[in-house]
Amino acid sequence: MKDLVAGLLAGKVRPLAKAITVVENDRPGKRELLKEIYPKTGSAYLLGITGPPGAGKSTLTDKIICKLRQQGKTVGVIAVDPSSPFSGGAILGDRIRMQQHALDDGVFIRSMATRSHLGGLSKSAVDVMHLMDASGKDVIIIETVGVGQDEVDIVRIAKTTVVVMVPGLGDSVQIAKAGVMEIADVFAVNKADRDGADKLVSELRAMLDMIKDKEKPEIFRTVAVDDSGIDELVQGIYAHGDRVVASGLIQKKITEKAESELRAYLLDSIMARSVAMTDYDEIVKRVAAKKITPMDGVDEIFAGLGMK
Amino acid sequence: MDKKIKVLVAKPGLDGHDRGAKVVSRALRDAGMEVIYTGIRQTPEQIVATAVQEDVDSIGLSCLSGAHNKLFPKVVALLKEKGAGDVLVFGGGIIPDEDIAGLKAAGIAAIFRPGTSTEDTIAFIKDNVNLA
Repeated sequence: MKDLVAGLLAGKVRPLAKAITVVENDRPGKRELLKEIYPKTGSAYLLGITGPPGAGKSTLTDKIICKLRQQGKTVGVIAVDPSSPFSGGAILGDRIRMQQHALDDGVFIRSMATRSHLGGLSKSAVDVMHLMDASGKDVIIIETVGVGQDEVDIVRIAKTTVVVMVPGLGDSVQIAKAGVMEIADVFAVNKADRDGADKLVSELRAMLDMIKDKEKPEIFRTVAVDDSGIDELVQGIYAHGDRVVASGLIQKKITEKAESELRAYLLDSIMARSVAMTDYDEIVKRVAAKKITPMDGVDEIFAGLGMK
Repeated sequence: MDKKIKVLVAKPGLDGHDRGAKVVSRALRDAGMEVIYTGIRQTPEQIVATAVQEDVDSIGLSCLSGAHNKLFPKVVALLKEKGAGDVLVFGGGIIPDEDIAGLKAAGIAAIFRPGTSTEDTIAFIKDNVNLA
């Protein structure tokens, strides 16, 4: 473990890769590993990229990596794809768009499946971010389909979250119900050379006009495959980051992030202890047989744990 | 929790026939594995760099161009160079009988040719992968 930590802190590839496996699979040594590196985190720029499947997130990420590399910044990427709820397996295909960076030592890309345990993804993804941060990456991009609480939690901890939208996926009601308005710091309207891009931008503007209590996200038009609009998008991302720092909002974000990490581990720990230290399965059966309500079940579990 | 088997499915060489690689990827996914697919026309260097970053347990190489005798052993050699010689490497594609012994001697653990049942590939990975 000492070698792993030393190699990781020195920015070496294989120790970082091995450390991520330890964290992702909850292997022995995870706690010690995180304890060693945790104080050395906090300097990377965390960038969330989210949007519907097929919006062009991976291609956009690829182009953003190019710009960051031109600026001399090192980049870590966490590319999240869904696990099958049936087999538990996954096909992780985001890297296809990013393979031009495979031989660049300044870019480390890791694919992660959502897997399916409670709060599991956000917890391990955040820990993977810490590892990349401690290994000296200047910018860490987390790319994920923004569906479900877990994934929203992930992007919320980012300093800047880019929501990628594309024309042709629905009308303004879809925009309103998607929940993306709340998490976007910056919008990228990708495939902006397609029909419907102007309409999408104006619908977005109309929705954003209703925001009163916080800064309105900027909207950028991009055509990622043609490398069009990427410079402006990257500038817009940094401009947002600067404003977050200047306004003092960054402190709130850091506190929220810490709280969300703590909560994820707390929930896990309560769950694990409940299963290990109480008649958990028995209580589940009694709830199933309608003998007690789920709320009564919780009381019994807490009593079993010695809590009121 | 169970350790997920992580497999990189990669296509070295210049042919663009990725149907086989996609079918295998899908079958492995349905067998509960996490499959990273990186697309066509990858160099052995790209494949190995990806395998190291992703810390995969196994690599499946698919090649239908006839260049397998050069490309497959190169992947195994580069893995050893990077300290990742414990990764289980298998191959598939249009590979003549007479080439199989040479590929196995070069460290390709198995060759699955057209007509192989995906069940066989799945069983082979599960039985031989090093999950230490």
